[in-house]
Amino acid sequence: MKTVIKGQAFVFGKNVDTDQIYPGRFVELTDVEDVAKHAMEGADPSLVKEFKEGDIIVAGTNFGCGSSREHAVITLKAIGVGAILADSFGRIFFRNAINLGIPVIVCAGIKDIVKNGDIISFDIVSGVVRNDKTGETIKAEPLSDYVMNILSSGGIKPMIKKQLEQQK
Amino acid sequence: MHAIEKLLAKKAGKEAVSTGEIVNCTIDLAGINDLYLQTVRSFFEMGGIKVYDPNKIIMFMDHYAPASTIVQADNQKQFREFCWDQGIDLLMDIDQGVCHQVLADKGLVHPGKIVVVTDSHTPTHGAFGAFGTGVGATDLAIIMLTGKLWFRVPEIIRINLEGTVPKGVYAKDIILHVIGALGADYGVYKAVEFTGPVLLQLSISERMALCNMTTEMGAKTSYIQPDVITMEYLQEKVTCDYEIYTTDPGYQYAADHTFDVSSLKPQLAAPFSVDNVADITEFIGIKVDQAYLGSCTGGRVPDLAVAAKILAGKKINSRTRFVVVPASKTVFLEAMKLGYVQTLVESGATFVTPGCACCLGTHEGMIASGETCISSTNRNFPGRMGHSKGKIFLGSPAAVAAAALEGRIVDPSQYIE
Repeated sequence: MKTVIKGQAFVFGKNVDTDQIYPGRFVELTDVEDVAKHAMEGADPSLVKEFKEGDIIVAGTNFGCGSSREHAVITLKAIGVGAILADSFGRIFFRNAINLGIPVIVCAGIKDIVKNGDIISFDIVSGVVRNDKTGETIKAEPLSDYVMNILSSGGIKPMIKKQLEQQK
Repeated sequence: MHAIEKLLAKKAGKEAVSTGEIVNCTIDLAGINDLYLQTVRSFFEMGGIKVYDPNKIIMFMDHYAPASTIVQADNQKQFREFCWDQGIDLLMDIDQGVCHQVLADKGLVHPGKIVVVTDSHTPTHGAFGAFGTGVGATDLAIIMLTGKLWFRVPEIIRINLEGTVPKGVYAKDIILHVIGALGADYGVYKAVEFTGPVLLQLSISERMALCNMTTEMGAKTSYIQPDVITMEYLQEKVTCDYEIYTTDPGYQYAADHTFDVSSLKPQLAAPFSVDNVADITEFIGIKVDQAYLGSCTGGRVPDLAVAAKILAGKKINSRTRFVVVPASKTVFLEAMKLGYVQTLVESGATFVTPGCACCLGTHEGMIASGETCISSTNRNFPGRMGHSKGKIFLGSPAAVAAAALEGRIVDPSQYIE
């Protein structure tokens, strides 16, 4: 697991729901390459073209609220999101993201120090977010040991797979 | 401890649990919807061969009932084959309806049960004193593999409902008002319990609407202490033994809110967020292109009944479409028997197969750019029921039926005797 994540920030508002992250009409798609084409389409249809591997999504409160669709995480993972930093997250989205190995970080006030397009870096161990353009920093909430364990296993799938193999 | 904590402790094999603790619980019933073929994929990706217990898994062909595209048809085909291969007998095919209503209709949910479904509206089952919560595909696959899932024991907030429910006001209005007051993220990671004298004025159908919408304040689960209304509903449907947990006297809630509903007016959530709530009187006269009655929130027999009452012997406005989706086959049959289907079809309603239909903007009632829909469903996010420039107002089934009649938003109270 990378401990320092650095990328360009794509900044969104509050209550960005999973219909905006991944519209319902595309939920029937199941292949990752197809799912990747519609990332954030309901909120910013141009994001897919501009987003580079390792870039970071920044949002206000309740990012990923709404539906349980794992597509919302699969699509962001597929476009290579490095981390998601928000004031708070919808709970199913949070679980889904951790399960698939995406660092989702609760960071109250993140939008006060980050503007769209800024380059920011996030140290997952210290929890410090730094805006490389302005030099401003802010401290995020630490991840629980349970969550860190899942992330450092590369997501819950390899973790469970290993556990089940050990039980055999 | 709270009843929810006792329930979680029991399922985790512990004497007690406390807020914030992570517990690994045995899941009594795990449900998968036809939207999420990823569940089956994740199961195999984690090395799955046979599910842990096929009798504790239920599959719902509800979101794409019946399939509208070849891709949907193929996803459903793979689900059916998975059920047959794995010996999963609880395959609820396209005739059955929305998962949450099917669970209630078939007596598959009862007090003290943990029900986990790949659907965010699973907190609906708090109406039965069960622990219902929604998860994603991979979490559900873990249950299929191991029979268990981890939870963080949530903070529990109480919403106490006082007063007398006025004419023309329903559970939907009450919960919209609560969400409007507290915010769409107020309940994130938390459990929400409803208490107070209003509960005795609400049927199981209304209680399900109340609990269902806690999802729209971010809640992990919801709870209503089983009482005489719960028992009356369950006695015909549930034959197995179950345990009813009760909250210890003096339990300290993380937060406590009281709402008096006596002077509440019908409510609407305006575009584009469920907490953008005001009295319906603020929106009177807005032209409605489509009125939509259905879903796990507002598609039950009493919902169709109120619509039939408002529209009996009348015709809907000629410039408005009225889409009606019974939440389940059982609801549909009952509504037919009671004559509501006849009344609504004669008034100009378009009936759609029981299921999720257009509630999530996949098929059967999509709205165009610039159109306005009033809906008894649960979400009005941009693009939720079609084009992202379509507008959705959320209200009670009565508000939907009255708008269908007039072709514009009106106060439904005047149509209720």
